[in-house]
Amino acid sequence: MDTETHELIVGYALDALDADDRARAEDIFARSDEAREELRSFGGVVTALAVGVSGHAPRPELRERILSAARAEPSNVVPLEARRRSRLAPALGAAAAVAAVAALAVGLWGASLSTELDDTRSALERERAAATLLADPSTRTVDLRSGDGRLVVDEAGQAVLVLDDLEAAPPGKTYEVWVVDGDEPIRAGLFDGGRAREVVPVEKSVRAGTQVLVTVEKDGGVDAPTTAPVVTSARV
Amino acid sequence: MRRFSTVLFSDDAAAAAPARPTWSMRKHLAHLSEEALVALVARGDEAALAELYDRVGGIAYGIAFRVLRDERLAEDAVQEGFLAVWRSAAAYRAERAAARTWIVTLVHRRAVDLVRREERRRADPLELVPRQEPPDPAGSAEDEAWLGFERERVQDALRLLPDAQREAIELSYYGGFSQSELAERLGLPLGTIKSRMFAGLARLREVLDEAEGSWTPRLTS
Repeated sequence: MDTETHELIVGYALDALDADDRARAEDIFARSDEAREELRSFGGVVTALAVGVSGHAPRPELRERILSAARAEPSNVVPLEARRRSRLAPALGAAAAVAAVAALAVGLWGASLSTELDDTRSALERERAAATLLADPSTRTVDLRSGDGRLVVDEAGQAVLVLDDLEAAPPGKTYEVWVVDGDEPIRAGLFDGGRAREVVPVEKSVRAGTQVLVTVEKDGGVDAPTTAPVVTSARV
Repeated sequence: MRRFSTVLFSDDAAAAAPARPTWSMRKHLAHLSEEALVALVARGDEAALAELYDRVGGIAYGIAFRVLRDERLAEDAVQEGFLAVWRSAAAYRAERAAARTWIVTLVHRRAVDLVRREERRRADPLELVPRQEPPDPAGSAEDEAWLGFERERVQDALRLLPDAQREAIELSYYGGFSQSELAERLGLPLGTIKSRMFAGLARLREVLDEAEGSWTPRLTS
């Protein structure tokens, strides 16, 4: 990169560019890894400059004002069509997804330290796969009709249940995941629960029109549900 | 086999499901990175937005207040910045900036847009050293102690810069002046301003990195 580009990147990082220079910088970031890298390398010092003048607290009501305003906005979720189009712009999206997955995996790693090492390894693998799915912008979110959390499904029918506040299964029991196609529940994995946030890959394909549910069953699971579901998704 | 269809497709189940309690959600988000929180915000997760505000809102307000010198305007800038986070989280590019930097930048940009519209500031004399008002308690004692330490470290690092470089950085980042406005106000060639800014920020990065390996903002929860 030439001196002019270095200077442009610093001007951008400090928000010191006029509109036309800002557009020129955006242009460079869109096509140069090196330029993006350099911008990122100045991120810490720019945040430090902000920290350097911190100390004044906003009034407490600002928090609720912002959340109310966000709530009042139409959904911020990008429509599926727009996402599909944006997927055609490959490199950027992919790199962002990888970074998001890495970030998520680190978070999940912390949550899985309490399990045994082997369990942790396979749990981490499963969680990596789950995190990849969660970070994919083309997936969609399906609400739960009962239980606290959501179901995330990609176009190929791979799915992850994200469950909050599900207490650990009682001794001798396990949670069993089911995919219900018509009237037929199909076994789709076991888990123990008990974490603040449980990320559970659904081991069977989740197609349009099916539902995912979770029941409490005896250890090792059963062939067909024997109890009322504790988690029920809306129809996919 | 038990038949589920009636139970599963009934809307009564949805009506009976309790509304998600935002406060109990928050503790589940505490272990997530800010990048992961932005990914959740992109999915419309309001609790994740609240968590990001709790972590970054104070710093964002600090810089907005420094640029605008007015509480109401600073709050407006913070609000607009966080709404931009809410709207454009899906467009966040992790390879360009840490999530925290991205949020601070969005708020700073709002503040700069506002101050460039303010005729009042145009008449102010140029001020070279940021005036440090005594801090108000912004969060927990621990957060305050950390912020106090960081504040001092950054100000020490700024003092190590040659005056001309420090002036260029402070007037642009804290004063909201663009490179061309600065050149005009200081009566210097635009190229001089640009090269001072670059040399100053590169030096600052070096000083802050030296002190701590690499400057990583602590994740508060």
